[in-house]
Amino acid sequence: MSVQVEHLVRYAPGSTRRLLNDVSLDVPTGAFVALVGPSGAGKTTLLRAIAGLDTFEQGTLLLDGQTMGSMRDRARKIGFVFQNYALFPHMTVAKNIAFGLDVLPRSERPSRSAIAARVQELLDLMQIPDAGASYPARLSGGQRQRVALARALATGPKLLLLDEPFGALDPIVRRSIRTWLKALHERLGLTTILVTHDQDEAVEIADRIVVMQHGQIVQDATPEELNRNPQTAFVMEFLGEAPSFNGIVQDGLMVPDEAGLLPFAVDASVSPGPVTAMLRPYEIQVCSPDERSAQEPSLSLIPEGARNGYRHYRAQLAERSVPFSIPDCTENTVEIQASGFLDISRARLFRDGERCR
Amino acid sequence: MRKYSLWVLTWGLIVLVLLMPPAVVVAEALKNGLAPALASLSDPDGLAAIWLTLEVTVVSVLANTVFGVMAAWVLTKYRFPGRSALLVLVELPLSISPVVSGLVWLLLFGAQGWWGPALEQAGIHIAFAVPGIMLATIFVTLPYVVRTLVPLMEQQGRDAEEAAMLAGAGFWNILWRVTLPGARVALFSGILLTTARAMGEFGAVSVVSGHIPGMTETMPLHIESLYNGYQTVAAFSMAALLAGMAMMAVLLRSAPEWLARWKEKQA
Repeated sequence: MSVQVEHLVRYAPGSTRRLLNDVSLDVPTGAFVALVGPSGAGKTTLLRAIAGLDTFEQGTLLLDGQTMGSMRDRARKIGFVFQNYALFPHMTVAKNIAFGLDVLPRSERPSRSAIAARVQELLDLMQIPDAGASYPARLSGGQRQRVALARALATGPKLLLLDEPFGALDPIVRRSIRTWLKALHERLGLTTILVTHDQDEAVEIADRIVVMQHGQIVQDATPEELNRNPQTAFVMEFLGEAPSFNGIVQDGLMVPDEAGLLPFAVDASVSPGPVTAMLRPYEIQVCSPDERSAQEPSLSLIPEGARNGYRHYRAQLAERSVPFSIPDCTENTVEIQASGFLDISRARLFRDGERCR
Repeated sequence: MRKYSLWVLTWGLIVLVLLMPPAVVVAEALKNGLAPALASLSDPDGLAAIWLTLEVTVVSVLANTVFGVMAAWVLTKYRFPGRSALLVLVELPLSISPVVSGLVWLLLFGAQGWWGPALEQAGIHIAFAVPGIMLATIFVTLPYVVRTLVPLMEQQGRDAEEAAMLAGAGFWNILWRVTLPGARVALFSGILLTTARAMGEFGAVSVVSGHIPGMTETMPLHIESLYNGYQTVAAFSMAALLAGMAMMAVLLRSAPEWLARWKEKQA
């Protein structure tokens, strides 16, 4: 099911503050989109508006090219998984999952045995085949998550909306449920929109990431594109650790304010003036002093161990230290007490928060 | 030492204030043995009082359960102007003296009241009749179901109902299958509190009833009449029965807890 959101505006109840400020989003059928951003960015508000749980003041919302008037139009076409699962505590897992089928009018309701078969099919799909008779209170967080998902899928919706579904899970379960969810999405041919505040999760699971801030969409791109070409300093920082360096561009050269950093050439499209350079820790390089300049500032590096195939260090500048890292293999060596400069020429440049190179 | 004296003090107070009165009532009722006590209960006026009390209790409990569920639903699921004022208003019957609540009904429906004469002409008797007693009791017991439901439903939030809505459930399905079962313990407790209170209400009922023996006397009123007529055994027998009924209702409130504990042990 495709979702088209056009110029959506929603005000906070009883105020003129905009929770959603002119949001437009196009999710084609079969896409897996992650809505990311800090809390209060409007991610959940947007998701709830798409589900029809909240109203909006302006704009249009089309599901499969059609406006959705009432809840009745959407019921059973949308599966929604709540942050806290919202399972019915007084029903068994099987009854929870069957709920959407049990409330169908008698003429449309499948037979008792058909419902039981469907529930078992979903339990198997969720890899909790024996949980049917238990009550939600007896399940672990990961199991409840799966029950919530099974309940959302019971009526065979084509659109799956997930509101921070992994928030309460421990890291190992989180990781395994992610890959599993992605596989499920492909297998059932779903269109999925996932809200998360964890950018790693979004990068791993989604094929498109929509970054939100202050009720607006800041950037909407694939994970690779987002990493390569962040539109704003906020996106750059949100996607991962990104040390920033202030400096001034003049005569085609970016000169950092701090000592110990090498100036670097920028192309003519960047107008002179103050800019902020941002880059990933692994894009920073150390060069020894004799390569470039006569100055010999001392540069001390504090090792911080190795993770994820990188060796991590902090480089001590005059007033602060910045993180940087190099791939963890034996031929790479860095002298701990080096004298030299940090080469930050691979940085993206931002002016007033907007990308300028 | 201090712990011990505290323990003695607590139990002393409980025995003196809570356990003594019912014990004395039962002792007085059985002063001449069980037979006279039972005989006094089967007096026609006594039976009428018991029946009237049961009728009034059933009607008030039904009315206040329906109203309480609706009010709690509105108060917890929606945000609207005047919501907090309504929350306070619901508690009004708790703070107003029952005598005043009774007088209000007399002012409205009494022979000299606002609507009384008109209704009287139409042949509808409210003051000094059973409907008045029911109205007064409903008013006095109105807060209990609402007040036990609101905190629980507040804490449960709207998620479960929204999930039900998206699964295609309509209003009644959501109410019957999700909201009420989710709040059933609180609802049960509220209903039993209402029952206990409705059976024992004296002040408001006393004002609107007119004390017609066999007609408009509930158990508490009948006890008073008997006592004032120096029929101590009958008065205390009726009192023991009333106290027993109310205590049953209160004890039943903890039944779900015991049941859960028992189930836990079985599992």
